[in-house]
Amino acid sequence: MPMAADDIAGLIREAIPDAMVEITDLAGDGDHYAAKVTSESFRGLSRVRQHQAVYAALGGRMGGVLHALQLTTAVPT
Amino acid sequence: MSEEVQARIASIVGDNDVVLFMKGTPLFPQCGFSSRAIAILEHLGVSYESVDVLQDQEVRQGIKQFSDWPTIPQLYVKGEFIGGSDIMMEMYEAGELRQLMAEKGVVSAG
Repeated sequence: MPMAADDIAGLIREAIPDAMVEITDLAGDGDHYAAKVTSESFRGLSRVRQHQAVYAALGGRMGGVLHALQLTTAVPT
Repeated sequence: MSEEVQARIASIVGDNDVVLFMKGTPLFPQCGFSSRAIAILEHLGVSYESVDVLQDQEVRQGIKQFSDWPTIPQLYVKGEFIGGSDIMMEMYEAGELRQLMAEKGVVSAG
C-alpha cells in the first residue's frame, strides 16, 4: 500500500521539527521515493545514526509500507 | 526473535571480513537496492560473502533487529555495521568506502 509524499514528509517533520525534507517520487507511482532530509540535529552523528533517526520518525513503516525510499541525510551548510 | 538467530547472525558477521546481507545472489539480485550494493562492492574489487535473506526467513527478520536497521541490504566490514545501500552509495561517491575498506585491510588502497 503506497504512501503519499506529504505523509512521509509530515512524519519526518513531526519527529525532527527543524528538518528540511525534499521528497521525490522517483517512478511517479507513489511507491518509489527519494528523500533528502537536512537537519541541524544530525550534526556529529554517523550516517547510520542519521538514517536511524529518520527511520524512527517513520515509525516502523520503513521496510513495510515504505519499501522503496532512497534516503540521503545532511546537516545544514 | 530468538537468541539463536541473533547468535547465528553474529557468527556470520564475525567470521567474514566483508559480508552483505541481501535479497538474491550477487549474480541474480532480487531487488534494486541489493543490486546497487553488489555493484558498489564489485567496483571496489573487494572480496565479500553474501547472505541471501530470501532463503532464510529467520535471518531476514533477525538481521533487522541485529543492527536496528529496517531494510536490506546491510553491509558489515570486520564485524561493524556500515549501512544500507544509500549509505554505501554516499560513501562510495565520496571515496570514503574505499578508504574504509583500505583502513580495515580488506582491499588495497589503490
